[in-house]
Amino acid sequence: MKHLTFAAVMTLAAGAAQAETPVLTVYAGDYFTSEWGPGPVIEAEFEKVCDCDLQFSTGDLLPRLLLEGKRTKADVVIGLTSDVTAKARATGLFAPHGQDNSALTLPIEWTDDVFLPFNYGHTAFVFDDTRMENPPATFDDLLNMPDDVKIVIQDPRTSISGLALVLWVEAVYGDKAQEAWGKLAPKILTVTKDWSTSYGMFTDGEADMVLSYTTSPAYHMFAEEDFTKHAALFPEGHYFMVETVAKVADTDVPELADQFMGFVMSETFQKLIPAANWSLPSALPQDQWPDGWAKLDLPEKVLFYDETEAAAVQEKAIEAWRSALTQ
Amino acid sequence: MAQRADPVTRIAGMTAAGLTVAVVLAACVGIVSRAEPGGFGPGDGAAIRFTVMQALLSAGFSVVLAVPLARALARRQFFGHGLLVMLLGVPFILPVIVAVIGLLAVFGRNGMLNTVLGAMGLPELSIYGLHGVVLAHVFFNLPLATRLLLQGWQSIPAERFRLVAQLDLSPRAVARTLEWPLLRQVVPGAFALIFVICLTSFAVALTLGGGPRATTIELAIYQTFRYDFDLTRAALLSLVQLVVAGSAALVALWFIPSVGIGGGLDRVPRRWDARGGIQRWGDVALILLGAAFLLLPLGAVVLRGVAGLPMMPASVWQAAGASLGVAMLSIVVLLVLALPMAGWIADRASGGVEAIGLFGLSASPLMIGTGWFILLNPVVDPVALALPVTALVNALMALPFALRILVPRLRDTLHEYGRLSASLQMRGWSLWRWVILPRLRPQVGFAAGLTGALSIGDLGVIALFADPDRATLPLQMYRLMGSYQMQAAAGAAVLLLVMALGVFWICDRGGRWHAAD
Repeated sequence: MKHLTFAAVMTLAAGAAQAETPVLTVYAGDYFTSEWGPGPVIEAEFEKVCDCDLQFSTGDLLPRLLLEGKRTKADVVIGLTSDVTAKARATGLFAPHGQDNSALTLPIEWTDDVFLPFNYGHTAFVFDDTRMENPPATFDDLLNMPDDVKIVIQDPRTSISGLALVLWVEAVYGDKAQEAWGKLAPKILTVTKDWSTSYGMFTDGEADMVLSYTTSPAYHMFAEEDFTKHAALFPEGHYFMVETVAKVADTDVPELADQFMGFVMSETFQKLIPAANWSLPSALPQDQWPDGWAKLDLPEKVLFYDETEAAAVQEKAIEAWRSALTQ
Repeated sequence: MAQRADPVTRIAGMTAAGLTVAVVLAACVGIVSRAEPGGFGPGDGAAIRFTVMQALLSAGFSVVLAVPLARALARRQFFGHGLLVMLLGVPFILPVIVAVIGLLAVFGRNGMLNTVLGAMGLPELSIYGLHGVVLAHVFFNLPLATRLLLQGWQSIPAERFRLVAQLDLSPRAVARTLEWPLLRQVVPGAFALIFVICLTSFAVALTLGGGPRATTIELAIYQTFRYDFDLTRAALLSLVQLVVAGSAALVALWFIPSVGIGGGLDRVPRRWDARGGIQRWGDVALILLGAAFLLLPLGAVVLRGVAGLPMMPASVWQAAGASLGVAMLSIVVLLVLALPMAGWIADRASGGVEAIGLFGLSASPLMIGTGWFILLNPVVDPVALALPVTALVNALMALPFALRILVPRLRDTLHEYGRLSASLQMRGWSLWRWVILPRLRPQVGFAAGLTGALSIGDLGVIALFADPDRATLPLQMYRLMGSYQMQAAAGAAVLLLVMALGVFWICDRGGRWHAAD
C-alpha cells in the first residue's frame, strides 16, 4: 500500500513536471555568461539533452553562498576555485558529485568527491615577443631580470590569480619566499585588484609581462590569430589552477543536477571548454583536444597545494608578499 | 535666521535624513547579526593610516587647484565655455577602470607625457606611488571642486561686481570683499566631500599606488567580504571608515558660516574687474592647463574605444538600458531625499547636520549591499531587487554632492526671500513652488545630472548578485574584460562615457533652460 501511494505521488509529480519544464539553476561566476564566456554554449548544449531549462545566476559565488546558506536557490554551482573550496565545503551545502575521479586527465591527482574539476590552467607570466626578445627561462631568471623590465601582477588579497602567484612563489622558494619577493619587487610596476586590469595594462603596452595563465596565448592565437603572445615556462614548475562544479545537496531537482554533473564529464562539454573558457579540459586526453591546442606550450612540472595545505601556508605566503613589497 | 522653514519642510527633511541613516545602520545590523567574534587583521593599522593620509592630500590638492581654475572660468567668457565646463565634469563620473586606462595613456610608462619627455632626452617619470594616487584622485575630484566653486562664483549677484567696478577695487580688494567670504562658504564643504570620496577609494589607489603600500581600508573591506568572509573585521573596518569620514565632515561643515552671500536681481553678471593683462593671460593659461589635464585622458579613452564600438555584443545595449533605468530611479530617489533635507539644513544656523548626507557615501557600498542582502534574503529574493538596491545605493552616494550643490543656494534664497514669503503667508508647497524651486532649478538640474551620471558609471553593489540579464553597463564591461574582450570593453567604455555625459547634459541643461545664464 505504501509503495502504491509512493508510486502515485511520483506519477503525479512527474505529471506536474511534464506540464512545466523543470528549471536547473546554476550559480556561476561573473564572466561566465557574457557572449564570450562559456555559459551560453554550455546552456545550449545541455538543454539539447536534458529537456529542461538551464538558468544561470551570476555573482560573487562564495559570498553569495555563505550569505544565502540553506535558502540558496542554486541546484549546481559552477566555477568555485580550489582556494575557496574549503570555505564552500564548510557550509555543508554540497553533496558528493557522484562522478568517477579516475576519468579526469589533470596533471595532478584529484581525490575530492564533492568538488569536480571542469577545467584547469596554470599561472604564468605572459609576454609579447615583439616587445621582449629575451624572456626569462627560469623563475630565478625572472627574479634577476634588469629592473627596467616591468611586470604587473594581481593582489593576492583580492584576486584568485594573485593568490595563486603567492602560493606559486611559496611552492618554489619556501622559506626564501620573502627574499624572492624582495628581488622581484623593483620589477613590479604595480599590483592591481583584478586580472582584467592587469591584462589590459599589458595589452596596452604599459607593462612588459603580466601575471596570467599558460592558456592566455591560446586566446590570442585562436581568436585573434596573433602569435606574438607567449607564456614564459619555468622548469621550477607552475602553479596549478582549477575550477570546479558542485551539486547542492538540497536541490529540488536532484536528477537534473546529477545529469548536469555527468554532462560536465561528457566529451561534448569537455570539447567546448578550450575555446569557450580559454582553459584546458579536465577530462579529455590531450590527443582529443581541439585543433592546435595540443601544440600549446605547457609546463612539465606542476605545483599545487590542496585546500588543506593551502589554508596552512596562505597567510604566511601573503604576508611574505606584503612585507617584501611594502619595504 | 530670517525665517523658520515651516514645520512641513522640517519634518520632511528630518524624515529623509532619518531614512538615510536607517539604510546604513540597518546594513550594519545585518552584518553584525552574522558576525562572529574576531578583530582587525594584520596591516589594518597601516591601511587606516595610508587611507587618511592620501585622502587628506588628495582633497587638499583638489580644492587648492580648483580655486584658481574656477576663478578663471568664472571671470572669462569664451566660445565653448559651457561645453568646456561640462566636459571638465566627466572624470568625476568615469568608472574607475576606465579612468585608470585614460590616466595611464597620458602619464604611464608608454604614455604621452613620457613619450614627449623621451623625445626631449629627459628621464622617464613614473606615475606609480603616493603621488600617482593623489594625481588620480585630483583627476577625479578637481572637476567636482571646480564645479562647486564655479557655482559659488556664479551665485555672487551681478550687482556686487557692478559695485566693485564702480568703486574701482583692486583685485586684492575684490578677493577680500567678494571672493574670500565665498571661499569660506564653499571650500570646507568641498574639502570634506572629496576627503570622504578618497577615503573609500580602492582600485585606483592600489593600481597607481604601485602595490600593497597603497592598501586602503576599502580594499581590506573588500577582502573581508569576498575572500575571508570575516564579517566582524568587515564591520569593524566599515565603522572606522564611518567614524573618520563622519568626524572630517562634522569639523569641515561646522566651519561653514551660515551667513550667505546675499541675493540680487538675477542679472547676468558682467565682470569689469580682472580685465588686466596679467590676470587675463594667467586665466587663459590656467584654463588651458586644466583642460589638458582633464581632457587628454578622456580623449585617450575615446580613441582607444572607438575601434571597439562595432565589436560590442547586443548584451551591451541591453545592459545600457538597465543602467539607464537604474540612473532614472537613482535620480528620483535622490531628489526625494535631497530636497527636503536641503530645506531643513539650509534653515539651520550651522551646517553640521549636513554630515548626515555624507553617511551614505562614507559607508562602503559593499557593506550596504551585503548588509541588505542579509536582511532581505529571508523575506524576498535579493536578486530580484538587485537593480532597485543598486539605484538606492547610488542615490545615497550622490546625496552629499546634491546637498553641497543645493544647500548654499537654498540658504541664500531663504535668507533673501524668507521674510517676504513669510509676510505673504507662503509656506509649505507654495513656498517651494513659487520661491525655492524656480531659484534652485540650475542646482537641481546639476544635482540630478550628477546623480544619473554617477549611477551609470558605478559598478556598485550589483556585482554581488546579478542575473545575467540584469547586468548594468559597467558590470557588462568588466565581464567583457574578464573574457579577454579588451577591445569590446573599450568600446563599452566609450558608450558608458557618452551615456553618462548625455544624462548629465540633459539634466544640467534642463535646469539652466531659460535660467539666468
